[in-house]
Amino acid sequence: MKENAQRILANPKFQELVQKRSAFAWTLSIAMLVIYFGFILLVAFGKGFLGTPIGNGVTTWGIPVGLFTIISAFILTGIYVHRANGEFDELNRQIMEESK
Amino acid sequence: MRSLVNRVGVAAAAAGALIPASVYAAAVEGAVQKQATNYSAIVMFLIFVFATLGITYWAARRTKSAKDFYAAGGGITGFQNGLAIAGDYMSAASFLGIAGLVYTSGFDGLIFSVGWLVGWPIILFLVAERLRNLGKYTFADVASYRFQQTPMRTMAACGSLATVTFYLIAQMVGAGKLIQLLFGMDYLWAVVIVGVLMIAYVTFGGMLATTWVQIIKAVLLLSGASFMAFAVLAKFGFSPEAMFTTATQVHPKATGIMAPGALISDPVSAISLGMALMFGTAGLPHILMRFFTVSDAREARKSVFYATGFIGYFYILTFIIGFGAIVLLLAPDATGAYPFLDAAKLAAAGGKPAPAMIIGGSNMAAIHTAHAVGGDLFFGFISAVAFATILAVVAGLTLAGASAVSHDLYASVIAKGRASEHDEIRVSKITTVVIGIVSIFLGIAFENQNVAFMVGLAFVIAASANFPVLLMSMFWSKMTTRGAVLGGWIGLISSVTLLILGPTVWKSVLGNPAAIFPYDNPGAFTIPLSFLAIWFFSITDNSKAAQDEREAYKAQYIRSQTGLGAEGASAH
Repeated sequence: MKENAQRILANPKFQELVQKRSAFAWTLSIAMLVIYFGFILLVAFGKGFLGTPIGNGVTTWGIPVGLFTIISAFILTGIYVHRANGEFDELNRQIMEESK
Repeated sequence: MRSLVNRVGVAAAAAGALIPASVYAAAVEGAVQKQATNYSAIVMFLIFVFATLGITYWAARRTKSAKDFYAAGGGITGFQNGLAIAGDYMSAASFLGIAGLVYTSGFDGLIFSVGWLVGWPIILFLVAERLRNLGKYTFADVASYRFQQTPMRTMAACGSLATVTFYLIAQMVGAGKLIQLLFGMDYLWAVVIVGVLMIAYVTFGGMLATTWVQIIKAVLLLSGASFMAFAVLAKFGFSPEAMFTTATQVHPKATGIMAPGALISDPVSAISLGMALMFGTAGLPHILMRFFTVSDAREARKSVFYATGFIGYFYILTFIIGFGAIVLLLAPDATGAYPFLDAAKLAAAGGKPAPAMIIGGSNMAAIHTAHAVGGDLFFGFISAVAFATILAVVAGLTLAGASAVSHDLYASVIAKGRASEHDEIRVSKITTVVIGIVSIFLGIAFENQNVAFMVGLAFVIAASANFPVLLMSMFWSKMTTRGAVLGGWIGLISSVTLLILGPTVWKSVLGNPAAIFPYDNPGAFTIPLSFLAIWFFSITDNSKAAQDEREAYKAQYIRSQTGLGAEGASAH
């Protein structure tokens, strides 16, 4: 286990995996935080905008903005899982193979 | 109650809604129809109870080791776990509470839904795989990985128990209200039935039974809610605009329901609520526990993806159902009557309908809407599903609470890791019974609170006590036991204290004239406070033990990134 650990740490692929995955995860997290807190700040400071009807109807901008926030959460998780279960898992498999 | 069911029963039968004529062929009298209504609801609920008890029996025979009991042997697939997580999340509080919130306040309900959902991507990106790679049965396994077991697990277990307790109160209140309305049964009886069934699921079937009860209920609830939203939209030719137009015409707040309103009164409240919902999700022990039921990090990721999809879809449905409640319950029916509003209150207001007049309280908006769109049979179905929802969620919560006591407090703190698996499971089962009984009493004590708010309280505690410690333990190499424990306790104590001093408890529950702390959600203060405390008490810790803990981060880091040495699925 201990030897394994040393070999993994020294493996450049491990550094690559960690760097790529962290950067990707934090980028997506920040995207989600920006979208969500953007929505919340609109609720707090932009009530007028969210309450403005689209065109001549009664449907306000708040409805599509809220829906967008919900759908973006789903899409962002999809993007992450696609890359993590493909590219990152393959890299991880190689690292584990080489550390044996 | 009787007159409501009679009138609606007559109206539904007259309209030829979903019920086959033969069922009512001999039933001319309203009173007989009422029996038939109750009968179908009770039968559907009993079918669910027998099916789930059957599953519990099956699960009990397969549940032998501690890994089986706490983590269903690690053999749940990502898709199944996604449904189960969604099931845990689609609690009665979110179904009845959010639909009720949309019904009374319109757009404000959407703010809650969005907040409840967006925690999921964050869990996936930052927490899920590390959690799966490091943990065994509880999130405290992860939080205490390289730290002193006794103080860390004591703190984590208390955070878990506080979260579980508030969440349970909300579920018990929902159960009581629902059965009052559906069966005309005592609030007390409903709460007792939920308590007894949840004890049965958890003590005999462990996580395997709890997971499958949750999956079945998630499928039933998603199907039922889909039908309701479909039926509501169908009445308006699938034009949301037409539905919103009618809603603004019949709701006393008029176009106010289409914009953020009074529920979120100021920026601090909005941000505070947002933080509590987002980070609270990542600190809920019964949800975190689900990540240990899958075989590896890969399946853990998939579960979050499916769960986010199901939950997001469900919240969109709930929003439509809430508006359905506005247009169906606040508008007169064909005979000019308001069958779902309290006649006395309506008369007192001079015949002018208002959301607050709803029979059974605003939490019943979704249930009444089911009655209005699908007649007695569907009303029975949705009622049975809502009751099943409560049962499934309380089972998950109870298991999380019992694990905190048996795995963290008993096995690690009291027995110092020397307890046998057998003893640990026995303690877990005893705790389950105790939690069941305590939650019955709490359900009675908190009868008149809005259930969505009660869940909000659970989230603040999870976000302020559990989440900061969990996140920092995985990401910050310099954290020490002292920093983590003090930070966790400060988060827990400050959030509970500010909640008690805030408007929800100090004013509404305790009946004081004014709240000492002005905000319902102290999250914006308590979450940063907890992080700050972890940071400060860690960097000022120069003990030998602290140095060793910092050294140990490397090994933890490799395991969390690669899954080397992680718990796998059990053999069978």
